[in-house]
Amino acid sequence: MIQISNLHKSYAMGSNSLHVLKGLNLEIEEGEFVSIMGSSGSGKSTLLNILGILDDYDRGTYYLGGKLIQGLNETKAAMTRNEMIGFIFQSFNLISFKNAMENVALPLYYQKVSRKKRNQIALEYLDRLGLKEWAGHLPSELSGGQKQRVAIARALISKPQIILADEPTGALDSATSFEVMDILKDINNQGKTVIIVTHEHDIAAMTKKIIRLKDGVIEEVIKNGDLQLFKERILTE
Amino acid sequence: MFDVDVWQEIFSTIKKNKLRTFLTGFSVAWGIFMLMILLGSGNGLQNGVKEQFAENSVNIMWMWTGDTSIPYQGLKEGRTIKFNNADYNFLKEKDEDLELVSSRYYLPGNIMYTYKNEYGSFETSSCHPALKEMEKVKLTSGRFINDLDLNESRKVIVLAENVRKALFKEEDAIGKYVKLNTVPFKVIGVSFDAKRRDGRTSYIPVSTAQRIFNGADRVHTFAITTKMVNTAEEADSITAKVRQGMAQRHKFDPKDKRAMGSFNMLAEYIRTMKIFQAIKIFVWIIGIGTLIAGIVGVSNIMLILVKERTREIGIRKALGASPASVITLVLLESILITTIAGYIGLLVGVGIMEGINYGLEQMLAAGGGERIFFRNPTVDFTTAITSMVILVVSGALAGYLPARKAANVKPIEALRDEN
Ligand SMILES: Nc1ncnc2c1ncn2[C@@H]1O[C@H](COP(=O)(O)OP(=O)(O)OP(=O)(O)O)[C@@H](O)[C@H]1O
Ligand SMILES: [Mg+2]
Repeated sequence: MIQISNLHKSYAMGSNSLHVLKGLNLEIEEGEFVSIMGSSGSGKSTLLNILGILDDYDRGTYYLGGKLIQGLNETKAAMTRNEMIGFIFQSFNLISFKNAMENVALPLYYQKVSRKKRNQIALEYLDRLGLKEWAGHLPSELSGGQKQRVAIARALISKPQIILADEPTGALDSATSFEVMDILKDINNQGKTVIIVTHEHDIAAMTKKIIRLKDGVIEEVIKNGDLQLFKERILTE
Repeated sequence: MFDVDVWQEIFSTIKKNKLRTFLTGFSVAWGIFMLMILLGSGNGLQNGVKEQFAENSVNIMWMWTGDTSIPYQGLKEGRTIKFNNADYNFLKEKDEDLELVSSRYYLPGNIMYTYKNEYGSFETSSCHPALKEMEKVKLTSGRFINDLDLNESRKVIVLAENVRKALFKEEDAIGKYVKLNTVPFKVIGVSFDAKRRDGRTSYIPVSTAQRIFNGADRVHTFAITTKMVNTAEEADSITAKVRQGMAQRHKFDPKDKRAMGSFNMLAEYIRTMKIFQAIKIFVWIIGIGTLIAGIVGVSNIMLILVKERTREIGIRKALGASPASVITLVLLESILITTIAGYIGLLVGVGIMEGINYGLEQMLAAGGGERIFFRNPTVDFTTAITSMVILVVSGALAGYLPARKAANVKPIEALRDEN
């Protein structure tokens, strides 16, 4: 699904530049449930943005679903995002003047699905996430967990192969966080690749693979079987 | 662009930001409103003045004589110049710049009109048949003087309506005889013009006037129409040529305004209309200026909107909005607001001018307000359409910069958590 090799990314900071990703290699199979961890400023969001074609990279190669993602123009990038990727953000990023249903339906608007049809589909997705009664409410009238569930519905509605989530539980309390993780787990069980960024160990522990970033490269990959080990290590730390 | 969904998307944005939309539209509505008021007023003034000219043919010219004030070819000043019938023939036959000619002989003293027991003193004008067209004499009944009346010096008269009323009361005057002093004249027509101040003038053939009132071939004034020209200079040169001809015939300096006075309406008309042309251009400049201020206002507000909506636009882009669709969104919103707001301004402006027009018409119909130099202060269809086109174009212009800015919004920049 995702093949990254020798990925470099630096940000221009006035006259000098900040080298964030330094020759990163990464492979993620279809249907994986991955969390990216690392200290603050280690480049987790940077990597996820590149994965989501929200940002471009300086060197290396990035294949998504077998296609080389490089130097796409804005229109192409937007189309690829719309078709292949669903985004979930820490701060939800719902459009404030649209109600829950309209927010969920938005990706289908850009696929030129008719209003009636996309609203109907949006309602189905909201129903699946237990939010049917909230369809007509504005984001400001929803709790954090509800907002994130609306955002998840929106990420799912275009049936993408990959869900990218940057700290999806960062703004939620632990009970709600676990609910959201349960939903993501379900989504993963239905065959979708899910990649989340988090710095909460118990959240990461709910995924099937943990990637630890350090100094712009992958320091460690902890696979499914080792998770128990990882948990114990965290507990002793 | 004609996708219903795009419009629904725009409408839902506008509907949820009503105040913002209202404020944006107001400046444009105001601009176009002012343009309409200014243009309408300009038109009203122009029409009012045109109306004043319309009392006669615009290409009419009057000539009269007096005493010379400049010595000429050995002749001293102070000579009295007199027109005569030969001058009429000269003007009629020889001068190809002239179309219609009518001469007038002033009847001596006060003429007493008598019909049965009614009598009164009224003004009488003597003329050729052509005067009807030249001074736009309107008849309520009967006919005007014709060539036969003139050639046979018939004793016929076209009575002014108020004279008819004074002498005949409710009676029909046509075919009856009124006495001018002691001479009976047959009434052949009645003239009436509500707009005309000198509605008291009655008309008789100039030949009859000369014969009955001992005028011999004396002519006091000429009314002539010149050929139509487009510049005041051409009109002035026609005047000069006519003066030249008469000066030669009567031996006076063509520059001597006392010896022969003249007034060429066409030259005045062209000059006046030129002033209005200038006023119109001025009004357009002011109006467009106001409109540009409106456009800049809209553009500014749209820029602020785009900034405010950076996050929203970022979200849209992350979810698959192409730059083109973002441009369309902003541009169409701008065009929609400008067009609708402008249209409202247009309607209100035109409505007010129509209202004023209605009031004026009512006043005129009631017989008042004839001294007001203001008529039909409305904006024509072409101007309104032009304004609409200007509006749509300005909406696009106003939206262009903000739209480009919106299209360049980078999703990551927009989505970064600033807090
Ligand atoms: N647009 C940018 N311009 C300049 N520097 C940037 C930009 N985005 C990120 N950086 C820098 O790059 C480094 C990596 O940032 P990134 O957001 O990827 O970190 P992160 O691992 O997501 O951290 P956190 O856990 O705090 O979210 C940071 O030092 C950050 O300051
Ligand atoms: Mg981050």
